[in-house]
Amino acid sequence: MANFMSRNDLLLLLGFTVVVLTMPIWLTPFGAGYPDLLQRFMIFGIFAVGFNILFGLTGYLSFGHAAFFGVGSYAAVWSFKLLTLDAIPAMIFAVLISGLFALIIGFLSLRRSGIYFSILTLAFAQMSYNLAYSVLTPITNGETGLQLTLNDPRVLDAAIGQTFVGQPVPTLLGQQLGGYAGFYFCAGFLILSFFFAQRVAGSPFGMMLKSIKSNQTRMQFTGFNTRPYALSAFVISGMYAGLAGALLAVTDPLAGAERMQWTASGEVVLMTILGGVGTLVGPVIGAWIIKYFENILSALNDNILTQFWSFLPEGLAEIVVKVTSKFVGDGWHLTLGLVFVIIVIFLPGGIMEGVRRMAATARRSDPPGAKSHQHQPAE
Amino acid sequence: MTILKSGMSRRRLLQTGMAGIIGSGVAPMMFTKGAWAQEFCNNPTGDTVTLGLNLPLTGAYAEEGADEQKAYELAIAHLNGEGDGGLLNVLTPSALTGNGILGKKVGYVTSDSQTKSDVARAGATRMIERDGAIMITGGSSSGEAVAVQGLCQEMGVIFMAGLTHSNDTTGKDKRRYGFRHFFNAYQSGTALGPVLSNAYGNDRRAYHLTADYTWGWTQEESIKNTTEALGWDTVEAVRTPLGAGDFSQFLTPVLNSGADVLILNHYGNDMVNSLTQAVQFGMRDRQANGKDFQIVVPLFSELMAKGAGENIKGIFGTSNWHWNLQDPGSIAFTKSFGAAYGSPPSQAAHTCYVQTLLYADAVERAGTFYPPEVIKALEGHEFDGMGNGRTLYRAEDHQCMKSVLVVQGNDAPTSEYDVLNVVEEVDAATVDYDPSIFGGELGPAEPAPVCA
Repeated sequence: MANFMSRNDLLLLLGFTVVVLTMPIWLTPFGAGYPDLLQRFMIFGIFAVGFNILFGLTGYLSFGHAAFFGVGSYAAVWSFKLLTLDAIPAMIFAVLISGLFALIIGFLSLRRSGIYFSILTLAFAQMSYNLAYSVLTPITNGETGLQLTLNDPRVLDAAIGQTFVGQPVPTLLGQQLGGYAGFYFCAGFLILSFFFAQRVAGSPFGMMLKSIKSNQTRMQFTGFNTRPYALSAFVISGMYAGLAGALLAVTDPLAGAERMQWTASGEVVLMTILGGVGTLVGPVIGAWIIKYFENILSALNDNILTQFWSFLPEGLAEIVVKVTSKFVGDGWHLTLGLVFVIIVIFLPGGIMEGVRRMAATARRSDPPGAKSHQHQPAE
Repeated sequence: MTILKSGMSRRRLLQTGMAGIIGSGVAPMMFTKGAWAQEFCNNPTGDTVTLGLNLPLTGAYAEEGADEQKAYELAIAHLNGEGDGGLLNVLTPSALTGNGILGKKVGYVTSDSQTKSDVARAGATRMIERDGAIMITGGSSSGEAVAVQGLCQEMGVIFMAGLTHSNDTTGKDKRRYGFRHFFNAYQSGTALGPVLSNAYGNDRRAYHLTADYTWGWTQEESIKNTTEALGWDTVEAVRTPLGAGDFSQFLTPVLNSGADVLILNHYGNDMVNSLTQAVQFGMRDRQANGKDFQIVVPLFSELMAKGAGENIKGIFGTSNWHWNLQDPGSIAFTKSFGAAYGSPPSQAAHTCYVQTLLYADAVERAGTFYPPEVIKALEGHEFDGMGNGRTLYRAEDHQCMKSVLVVQGNDAPTSEYDVLNVVEEVDAATVDYDPSIFGGELGPAEPAPVCA
């Protein structure tokens, strides 16, 4: 059992757990310590971890992962409507459906690799989006979004005579999942997902995926059939996306078609690249940064800016407010774009590469007299 | 038991780890518990009260959102006793003092809803959970309104809908915590019917282009019912995605469909684009079935009319309110909005302004911010002086019952704002309807313990 997990992996998992569970404390000074955003941090963290299994480990860039996310949400909401308000059946249901969905799309898309694979997944995702948006409106309620209502059937709840007060909201064994309860529920799943991703990356199966990334043709020549491995990776990451989608529906029981749009698929690619492709922590950090920008920067308005810059002299403050206001509020995409460009140009490996470089610099400057060369050590 | 290289047993490590997890998991609960210990969600305890403005600042309805923001800022200034007081002076009966709400200064937070239901809901949650908003208001799309209204019911926070015209908002999806001042598609149909019959006769063939979400669906249904009752045929009803931008693929089939009326169930930027393209296709100069081809836009606003320019001349539609009305309320509002921003207000601005004042007034009358009491004060409340004549906040579905305007694009505008003529003011009794026809259930007034 000694090689159950390496010491580094265990430390990483523990550190990650501590950081995640203390988020309500250390994010409060940044204006992000409120349950809804924390839940989103967890949910999109799971989404990005799952996406990284496919993109980071296997090297297949999927541009259609939002489809599985959306399918998970719709499946969960339908489970709330038809079966029970309990979260567990909804999540099992969502993960299974999105896994099945990923199996079909993956089976078709994985006949090609590289850019053709990306385009195929994009096409399937766009088809799913359009189905959800206009064709399947009886199931998805289109742009309006699928919501819970008082007169849903909820057969299981009805059978055991369980009722609720006020508006129907998802529960966990009768416990409501709003606010911080919802956050810890999602945090538990993020940590589990992270642990599972660690195990996958460290397993022989993970080794197989990594070798598909490094040279698929060589793998095939040595006699491996790579497709089952790639397909499993695709399905696993689709199920991760479904889990994330289901959690989003658990914490906020509404499923809208927008979460399946190609921009949502692109967002998870951005998260992964921003944080660091192929690293375990990177995609989660990327997800947090993007969600932070989306929710906090977009909420800043001229009033807040004026207060923030009020220490500057009158005329100057006005100019600064004018300039900065272009980068916040509805201009938050501009800031995100700038950050993304800077990271991709200077840190092609994402934020995690920055962390590694800093660690390397610190280590190199440790021994006295060691000349600090700017060259990367040739490894 | 195997010993790890570090000298720490696995069990020991797990034990320490679990202790850490439990410790760090419980600690924040202790910190946050106090924050939620209040008798209802976001009870304002200090000397200010925060309103949450959920505005579409980007997307197809961005222009409406910008105008709504101006109106809210104006309303909040007036509530705090700044400016000329606007409609505070003409609202009857009124409990407003111009000294904030219940003596507390009114502040606000905003969120960009991007004209998307998902984003609108996330923004509303943030304003409730982080910023402590006591009331959420705004929105320019019924999709947003329905989504946010459901959320507000869960959280026990009152939602004063901005511009939302779908029958569902106070019909199938109505909520105890949601209130709408704006009129709806059903009332548009009732008001528009006789005017269309007079102008275009009773033997017409209509083709619908419909924005594909709750508002479009219900407006299509209501207008179809009205025109079919007149004796018109409906050739086809085609759904178009919200924010499509280019409508030519939907407009081409209209030309050969045998229809002689095009009904555009579009709003905001979508309507500006579809109407402009329809005119570019030469539809207004066409003859079909031996008659002049006509276009109808059932829900019209000044902002859209301005955006569409020349193309709207002579086109019929309905409006909630128009700045050129000559009652004291409309005059007062147009005057103070014009003084502040240099342009006349749109109907979106008007409805948002009025909703803010009505909420403040209801709180004053209830004497508390406690939502069930405020809801009671709003339900069945009758008031006058807000520019729409005598108005009733109907208790059964939280819909304001008031007069509806039938408008027509102005053939000879005297200024860039003088783009619509009021053809007829249809009184409240005519556009009245039985609230039970749309079904739905308001739900309970007692706040759910989500926020507690």
